Amino acid sequence: MTERFILIPGRTSKQGCGVSEGKFDRVYQQEITTLQVAPADMKRMGLANGDRVRVTTESGRQIDVAVTAATGDELPPGLLFIAYGDLSSRLMDGETHGSGMPTSKGLDVTMEKLS
Amino acid sequence: MATPPITKPIESPATVITDATCTFCGCVCDDIDITVKDNHITDAKRACVLGKSWFYGHAADDRPDCLIEGQPASVAEGVERAARILTEARYPIVYGLSDTTSEAQRVAVAIGDAIAGTVDTTTSVCHGPSGMAFQGVGEVTCTLGEVANRGDLIIFWGGNPAESHPRHFSKYSLMPKGMFVPNGRKDRTAVGVDVRKTKTAKAMDLFFQIKPRSDFEALWTLRALAKSVEVDPEQVKRDTGIELSRWQDLMDRMKAAKFGVILFGMGLTMTRGKHLNSEALLSLARDMNAFTRFVVKPMRGHGNVTGADNVVTWQTGYPFGVNMSRGYPRFNPGEYTTSDTLARGEADAALLVACDPMANFSQPARERLQSIPYIALDPKETPTTRSAAVAFTTATYGINTPGTVYRMDDVPIYLRPALSSTHPTDLEVLSAIHRRVTELKK
Amino acid sequence: MSSGYFKIAGGTVYDPIHGVDGDVRDIWIRDGQIVETPSDFDIRPDKTLDASGLVVMPGGVDMHCHIAGPKVNAARKMRPEQKRKAEKVVRTSNTRSGTMGSVPSTFATGYKYAGLGYTTAFDAAIPPLAARHVHEEFEDTPCLDKGFFVLMGNNHFVMESIHRKEPEKLRSFIAWLLGAAKGFTPKVVNPGGVEIWKQLPSGNVHGLDENVAHFDVTPRQIIEQIARAVDALKLPHSVHLHANNLGMPGNWITTLETMKTFGDSRGHLAHIQFHSYGGGEGDENTFNSKVVELVEYVNAHHNLTVDVGQVLFGETTTMTADGPLGYYLSNAFKSKWFSSDTEMESGCGIAPIEYRNTSLVHSLQWAIGLEWYLLAKDPWRVVMSTDHPNGGSFLAYPQIIQLLMDRTYRQDMLKQVHPAVLERSTLADLTREYSLNEICIITRSGPAKILGLTRKGHLGPGADADITIYTPNDDKTKMFELPRAVIKSGVVIVEHGEVREPLTGKLLYVAPEYDTSIESDIAEWFEKYYSIRFRNYPVPLDYLHDREEVACAGL
Repeated sequence: MTERFILIPGRTSKQGCGVSEGKFDRVYQQEITTLQVAPADMKRMGLANGDRVRVTTESGRQIDVAVTAATGDELPPGLLFIAYGDLSSRLMDGETHGSGMPTSKGLDVTMEKLS
Repeated sequence: MATPPITKPIESPATVITDATCTFCGCVCDDIDITVKDNHITDAKRACVLGKSWFYGHAADDRPDCLIEGQPASVAEGVERAARILTEARYPIVYGLSDTTSEAQRVAVAIGDAIAGTVDTTTSVCHGPSGMAFQGVGEVTCTLGEVANRGDLIIFWGGNPAESHPRHFSKYSLMPKGMFVPNGRKDRTAVGVDVRKTKTAKAMDLFFQIKPRSDFEALWTLRALAKSVEVDPEQVKRDTGIELSRWQDLMDRMKAAKFGVILFGMGLTMTRGKHLNSEALLSLARDMNAFTRFVVKPMRGHGNVTGADNVVTWQTGYPFGVNMSRGYPRFNPGEYTTSDTLARGEADAALLVACDPMANFSQPARERLQSIPYIALDPKETPTTRSAAVAFTTATYGINTPGTVYRMDDVPIYLRPALSSTHPTDLEVLSAIHRRVTELKK
Repeated sequence: MSSGYFKIAGGTVYDPIHGVDGDVRDIWIRDGQIVETPSDFDIRPDKTLDASGLVVMPGGVDMHCHIAGPKVNAARKMRPEQKRKAEKVVRTSNTRSGTMGSVPSTFATGYKYAGLGYTTAFDAAIPPLAARHVHEEFEDTPCLDKGFFVLMGNNHFVMESIHRKEPEKLRSFIAWLLGAAKGFTPKVVNPGGVEIWKQLPSGNVHGLDENVAHFDVTPRQIIEQIARAVDALKLPHSVHLHANNLGMPGNWITTLETMKTFGDSRGHLAHIQFHSYGGGEGDENTFNSKVVELVEYVNAHHNLTVDVGQVLFGETTTMTADGPLGYYLSNAFKSKWFSSDTEMESGCGIAPIEYRNTSLVHSLQWAIGLEWYLLAKDPWRVVMSTDHPNGGSFLAYPQIIQLLMDRTYRQDMLKQVHPAVLERSTLADLTREYSLNEICIITRSGPAKILGLTRKGHLGPGADADITIYTPNDDKTKMFELPRAVIKSGVVIVEHGEVREPLTGKLLYVAPEYDTSIESDIAEWFEKYYSIRFRNYPVPLDYLHDREEVACAGL
């Protein structure tokens, strides 16, 4: 099942600490390779913590990533969150629309559960 | 150039360095007491979780000062190679600068000038859009002490300081018992506007969970309400996900405030609209000054990205995205900014100082970077240093080196280093590269 | 064998401090200073510059301009559109690239000032919290010796000690603050007004006896007490004041009252042109010149000095520590607007402006500036300035010189401005023409003296060897735009318009003594309200590259 979502990459404490502790360390790597999904969306798509999904942007950029349920109502349904890092970077287009800033938040994506 | 004194290695029992500065985020807290024992930082009093990681994570190491194509080399060899890469390139770029001292930044810009290159900083992928908005409409702002002493309505828009700037609430924006807000938090109303209910949202009195990518519409709704321009409630609800009546209530509170403050983050600059979002917010703050005192502050993420803005501006006249190929500075975001000069395959060499584009940039940009020779300076090993033609391991600013940094509100603060490092400083490496580049260009 | 001497031979020398008015004579330089002509006739100079037929003056001294610090840098950032069309400052083998427009980048600022023959410049308004920023920018502003004035007129500790009637404490605080910033003298901008601006929308003060809420002091008290403290400290320069009500029709009354407030204390009133307006309160239609009345007072009171703040037609940028003024101007001209409030200390406002000769107000402003120069009896107490860049760029100084020296040129320009100038000012009737000697006074010797810089502004033995050599020309704009040579600290830094050696220049500062027991009081107040640590505030001497302390001598 493939559904449409909006992806928000952003900062987290763990990601920030990881920058100092070492970008090749386990805690940082774990933080930036985990996608947060709203509990209702997890349920509807039959996803459990640790399951892998494929996230694809409108221009065809793609990552495979493990999911985890967001805490409580932190994330509204329809939104996905991931900490800044290599994976979130892979989904950005090179186009900056003359601003110098690639579109890095609010990306239209599809998410598909991987068996 | 003034060379500040270098601290000697500490050998004896624990020493405490008081009033030291943490440069991890734009808060640039200068009230940290660092305890050093056997050349290790064992305590960083008052540092937040990010600050503690910063201090403990930059311990002494015995990595080589310099790697050429991944192999240990002397700094002198690295400088020579770096200078050749930069002077032989047709479109060299200098990028990063946000996590080093202004003394080093000044030399980096000098190198950019000498090689007729393009100088850009991490601002272009952070608050560059806000800088563009600033150029269009200006900005009404203040130093953080004014927020602490006067701010009674604090709005956080598109940012999550609880996780990105953990001490901001307690040190500057919500808790301080200020001259005109003597009861601290009780005298303040805290408002959050974001698409997610973050840790920050939970600390607010009011929270507006807006539809994703509707910041522009929300800000213009507020501008209209400020000037009593009629807006269509249906459209507002559709566009922003929030009832017009709630926006009206917020505007009433904004007009009733004595000193309103809006602190904003990447939620505005990185989404649809970018500089138009920032411009809407800057314009709103300006409009509000007809009714009461109102200011804005972009929340800067890195310890000295504000310094980078300042240095590049005073030396070239422009804040980022500055091209000097023709022998004089030219400015054009989208043309000379690094995401673009890399993604479009224009840059053919790079000097990367205190940044990690191999982790943070788009795929097309990273692919280009991978394919060109570049020099990287960083205290730590990162994806960027791993693929560098020349990688320098440099001392960490504020922990090992003294120097000047600029807090997010442009206040300059001088660093008190805690430990010595065997590694060269950014200033030393860049100065050597600059000297060699100047010789080669004669 | 090197004698170490450099000789400037046979120039037509102007050195008003020593009464030299166009005499042909030699100047000898050694170790960066002007020295007596060696009595030993066997001594030959290593280098001689043949100045026969050329005019030789001390290097220019700009005692009021805005060239460094957070306000100036924000203005640079805010005006990319000006730079695209402006002159390109191209990198050379010994100079850095840069940009122009009304707020040039730092290297360009240094090169251009030097290009005009200026060798010393003072930034007029710096909040001490930003002192390090200024010192860094100064290091990147070559060819000039520099200093700055420290904003104090809306400083909380200052207002508190005035309220508590503690002049000793005020004096110690001022001394401490100057030392902490490494500044030159207290600058007072719209005293009390900026604090009210922080408290209220469009907040400001409109009269000298208005109460500043929360602090319960008046602007009059602030001016009077700081002026007295500065004299008690025997600072080389007086208090430097941007008076209340700048730019408002009818403000001449505030200005006159302000002048009286100084009493016997020394006082320098900055950009006096902007404070010389008659007319109804806020009423542009009755706007007129009150220079005659004001200059009479200044002529009669030798404790007062002024710089003019000349307006010139064209596009420029207003930048001021007067926060509410910035707001007012941006609304008046519907322009973009930058404002920043600095905790405990000051504010700032920036707005682009275009002065048009079709505008009644702008034309009068232009005329009023010229009236000041032409009506002032004592050229030693009226200094040339444009309040760069507020009235216009420092690059316009040569044009001002021509307006003062050539009354035909002046009358021609008068014909092109708004006709109201003819009735509302006396400019049309003024036939005076400045001599070279007087120009020398108002652009170097006078300001050096007012600043208390005993080694600047003259060519006697002991002076810093800062010298400008001009080729005489009837077209005075051309003459002063392109000096033949400029010497700084005994080194030829500019020749035929090209920068030969961009020296860094030094920071000129004062370090008045004070009762150090006050520091615990200051620390207590500081830690309560400032957002940085007290220990991290003062700028230590070793932060500065090249510096010189200017002594607080007896008066």
